[in-house]
Amino acid sequence: MAIWIEEDAKVLVQGITGKQGMFHADKMVEYGTNIVGGCTPGKGGNTVELQGNPYPVWNSMFEAIQATDANATVIYVPPPFAAEAIMEAADAFDTVKGEGVVVCITEGIPTLDMVKAVAFVENRPGVRLIGPNCPGIITPGDNGGAKIGIMPGHIHAKGRIGIVSKSGTLTYEAVAQTMSIDEGQSTCVGIGGDPVNGTGFIECLAAFQADPQTAAIVMIGEIGGNAEQEAAAWAAENVTKPIVGFVAGATAPPGKRMGHAGAIISGGKGTAEEKFEAFEAAGIACAKDPSELGAVLLESLKAAGLR
Amino acid sequence: MNIHEYQGKALLKAHGVPVLEGVHCTSVEDALHAYDSLGSKVVAVKSQIHAGGRGKGTLFNPTSRDHVMDGGVKIAFSKDEVKTYATNILGNLLVTIQTGDEGKVVNNLYIEAGCDIAHEYYLAILVDRENKAVLIMASTEGGMDIEHVAETTPEKIHKISVDPNAGLLGYQKRDLGLDLGLQGTALKSFMKSLTSMYNMFVNNDCAMVEINPLVKTGDDQIVALDAKISFDENAEFRHKTWDELRDLSEEEDVEIRAKETGLSYVKLDGNIGCLVNGAGLAMATMDVIKLYGGEPANFLDVGGGANEEQVKTAFSIILEDPNVKGILVNIFGGIMRCDIIARGVIAATEALSLDVPLVVRLAGTNVDEGKAILAASELNIHPADDLAEGAQRIVELIGGVA
Repeated sequence: MAIWIEEDAKVLVQGITGKQGMFHADKMVEYGTNIVGGCTPGKGGNTVELQGNPYPVWNSMFEAIQATDANATVIYVPPPFAAEAIMEAADAFDTVKGEGVVVCITEGIPTLDMVKAVAFVENRPGVRLIGPNCPGIITPGDNGGAKIGIMPGHIHAKGRIGIVSKSGTLTYEAVAQTMSIDEGQSTCVGIGGDPVNGTGFIECLAAFQADPQTAAIVMIGEIGGNAEQEAAAWAAENVTKPIVGFVAGATAPPGKRMGHAGAIISGGKGTAEEKFEAFEAAGIACAKDPSELGAVLLESLKAAGLR
Repeated sequence: MNIHEYQGKALLKAHGVPVLEGVHCTSVEDALHAYDSLGSKVVAVKSQIHAGGRGKGTLFNPTSRDHVMDGGVKIAFSKDEVKTYATNILGNLLVTIQTGDEGKVVNNLYIEAGCDIAHEYYLAILVDRENKAVLIMASTEGGMDIEHVAETTPEKIHKISVDPNAGLLGYQKRDLGLDLGLQGTALKSFMKSLTSMYNMFVNNDCAMVEINPLVKTGDDQIVALDAKISFDENAEFRHKTWDELRDLSEEEDVEIRAKETGLSYVKLDGNIGCLVNGAGLAMATMDVIKLYGGEPANFLDVGGGANEEQVKTAFSIILEDPNVKGILVNIFGGIMRCDIIARGVIAATEALSLDVPLVVRLAGTNVDEGKAILAASELNIHPADDLAEGAQRIVELIGGVA
């Protein structure tokens, strides 16, 4: 098991003929991801070469899914066209299969485009959107695995820790911390740093709770909004597996956007302090320093009789 | 991206929202001409800066810091008063609760005709990240600080959430107007203005539109008396006119230059500069510096695919800040390889003849090559294996806990 993405999931790449799309498609194949082709409107019928082998390109997601029976797609399409790419993928998965996972890596999509795209995806309950502005999702396998995104594959190993985070490099940091205590990962999900996104913390926690492979969860938030607070309150009622948490941005000044579009303390709300308090109130073991996540996780695993 | 009130009102007017007649001025002479041309005996003389609390702000001389006048928005009853107020405002420093003590120099004025106010309301349109929809908020308590209203009398704030598929519906506009106690002509005028404001919000990719106050005049018309408008910068590619609306004097020069080179930089008050890849890790690096007793001088995200040149630019931007006494580089290489970062760090320290302590923590892709490159250099670079060690080391090197 794992969540949403099995290690042999069939994956399409939207924007596969672009510079970013091709670079990362190649890295995904190298890792062992079962890439089944890609989609670039106007380039259908061509192939792209990834790790020395040809992969088919389709004009539309509808065609691509019909031809490959793909389980997921990953989007490397520039911001002006990314929301439409999400909706095309959602529509095609819903029509052809009734289900599918859409992972959007693109940073810089207009917020009102995302409001529209998220509502569109929510009308198709079998389709899950991850991102945008995220590193993607990875389920490490026994031989390779499914890396759907831009994360460095080689730092991961199959295991029993589920990781969910708003931030990319901080997720890698969390992965390295699990490895430092000889634990691997079931699935790592980057939900992204935009104010309006698809899958949130609560859906990830629910999936990890239900996943037999996952024994404990690392949850990493950052300033802005109140998704962390809501997730903590939900976890207190619904999650029995140990959770370890960290929130970035304790030193961020109010009213300033810290890199991510959604990372801003507005009207005194959305501070790291509030979020840490919510985590602690929910019984989540917090690390004040990401370099301590491994140690805190080890303690939590021991306390739960898992080590 | 924020715009000034006078620019916001021009946008509102273009979309059919009633605003009062007004003139944008940059000199006292302009202001006097404006007074004559408006033909209104009573006018408002309004400082134009990108911060709220202007009315209750205080003006100071920017060099001597001597007190000049209380209030950045004044009601003038004569041409002489316009002259006095315009002279006291232009070129001086306006300090409000939102500007911090350093305040902002006022270069722009707005002279606006007066009107007969029967009631003041509050209205805002924004993207509600929890509901993932556009939210419209209104209150009968206009002219007040809305956060204060939300805390003390939350029942006085009325909200509607716009379904992205359906758009703003007639019954929603009517219900919101009724919640504000509007009837007859005033209700009709409100519904019409709200439609126009919502269209303006969507057509212009606004992040926030705040009208405080929105007023009902003596003859039951709804008029926007203030306009605080900001745009979603992600949508800049489809709004060619934003360049003309942008007031660069309102933005930190160094933050603009950083953005132009693909870096995300925010200046802070501390003395330890940081250079990090990824926004979350960059925030965490600042947090950990603080945790070990130091004070971060900046937030700096070099992004996922930085090259040698960007690393060099990042260093020079950090070093522009005279408070910087040491630098912590924290890179978790993913796409970005540690050997490339290591070469960039060496090139930058040599080119800029760096003379403050430098701690470099590398992890991830090609970390061993990166570390070897740093170790082989003659430069005074302190390596660290993890973030905690890096932060402790730099705090120690600049002379201990602040």
